[in-house]
Amino acid sequence: MYQYFYDLTGNTIIATLIVAVFPLVNVLLVALIGVYLERKVSAWIQDRIGPNRTGPLGLFQTVADFLKMLQKEDATSTEIDSKLYNIAPVLVFTGSFAAYAAIPFSSKLIGSEADVGIFYVLAISSLVVGGILMAGWASNNKYSMLGAMRSAAQIISYEIPTAIIVLSIVMFTGTLSLDKISDMQTASFWNWNIFGGAELGLTKFLMIPFMFIGFLIIFISTLAEVNRTPFDIPEAESELVAGYFTEYCGMKWAMFMLSEYGNMFAVSAIVSILFFGGYHSPIGYLGNSIGVEWLIPFEQAFWFLAKGWFFILVQMWLRWTLPRLRVDQLMSLCWKYLIPYAFVNLIIIGIISLL
Amino acid sequence: MLTEFGKILIFIIFAIVFVTITLFLYKLIRPNRPTHEKQMVYECGENPEGSPWVKFNIRFYVVALIFLIFDVEVVLLFPWALTYKEFGVYGFIVGLIFLIVLGLGMAYEWRKGDLEWARPEPKPPKLDEILNPKTEIQNSN
Repeated sequence: MYQYFYDLTGNTIIATLIVAVFPLVNVLLVALIGVYLERKVSAWIQDRIGPNRTGPLGLFQTVADFLKMLQKEDATSTEIDSKLYNIAPVLVFTGSFAAYAAIPFSSKLIGSEADVGIFYVLAISSLVVGGILMAGWASNNKYSMLGAMRSAAQIISYEIPTAIIVLSIVMFTGTLSLDKISDMQTASFWNWNIFGGAELGLTKFLMIPFMFIGFLIIFISTLAEVNRTPFDIPEAESELVAGYFTEYCGMKWAMFMLSEYGNMFAVSAIVSILFFGGYHSPIGYLGNSIGVEWLIPFEQAFWFLAKGWFFILVQMWLRWTLPRLRVDQLMSLCWKYLIPYAFVNLIIIGIISLL
Repeated sequence: MLTEFGKILIFIIFAIVFVTITLFLYKLIRPNRPTHEKQMVYECGENPEGSPWVKFNIRFYVVALIFLIFDVEVVLLFPWALTYKEFGVYGFIVGLIFLIVLGLGMAYEWRKGDLEWARPEPKPPKLDEILNPKTEIQNSN
């Protein structure tokens, strides 16, 4: 894709900018469809109807919400720290969007093919923590401050199990590039990392149970990193109003929402790349069987989005099923269960992949 | 010619520009009619009481410290994880020793109770109780 636009425009910077539009459109679509689906899914689970007035089945509800938000007055307090207050949404959105630079949407559509891939994603997502702390501090509001502190503690704690499981996948595959990790899991779903990767014989079958444990740990900890229920004490509606963005309104609030949904898709994409073959189809390509080469990247993009949306739907399903954890339960789950298990898992995967 | 990290920089600048332009457009469109009530900090309709910028629970600081230790260690393990297969069993054992030392550190923190969110209240001995051990029993009937 980058090469195509480079040939078209003859300028590397313009070509990269055009490539960067695709993840942005993806984030906007995830937010638009995600908010609508969140309300519909919650309605189905709780036996309600959900939004049904704006357009057929309420499909334009989020568009209407967006137009309303654009016209909202920015009713901010005079007692805020206005510099930090205005920088915070920029930082939070940048942190969540910049992660998309290394995520391959298909074998042709990837922002940057830097070899550090997943390491860069882990590093750049930490910007979000800075933005959240800034927002909480600058708001001069008790709910924001409490929410920001809780959120920062939670995100940094759960970053460690995530990083350890990523580390075990890196030990197994021997590369950091998300593109190469996806490419190793091609051809069939039996080659996915969760089924022991493309190895053969005994190694593969020894690997399967530990890969399942690894998947469970990384799924739980990414769930906590994007502040989703059951780990949503930073923005627990019943006690903290809205957490760190209580003082924000209109488009500035929408930026936080956008980055939250962007993050949801990003972690789903990363889990699907690490364990479920990324953009590769589980059943082979139509383009290969009928001999149409250009169809393959589109099929790959379809499978990638399908896997990402599948995990987003699982996250929504969990949100309306499980109750919220307490702070001490949250911390002991991370430090006393996930991290020791992840460490043991890391060592065992290291031994098995050495065989 | 742009390197791969240059492309990442362009992604970051692109995100910053996108947010800035959106917020600028929002500033042009939105109404601005501030009143005294709108300019107050939100506290569920009450007048705000006291400053939120207060001393915070020390637990958050301890969690941040432990996180720092583990994060640095995970960063150190990444290059090892990439290349340990080249050195075979020897390479793995070197990493394993590092992991065991870390595990010991973790066990120490656990034993010391730093992973507990709600620590039990410390009970320092009081001078009165040591000098007159029976007074408390008389007071409580």
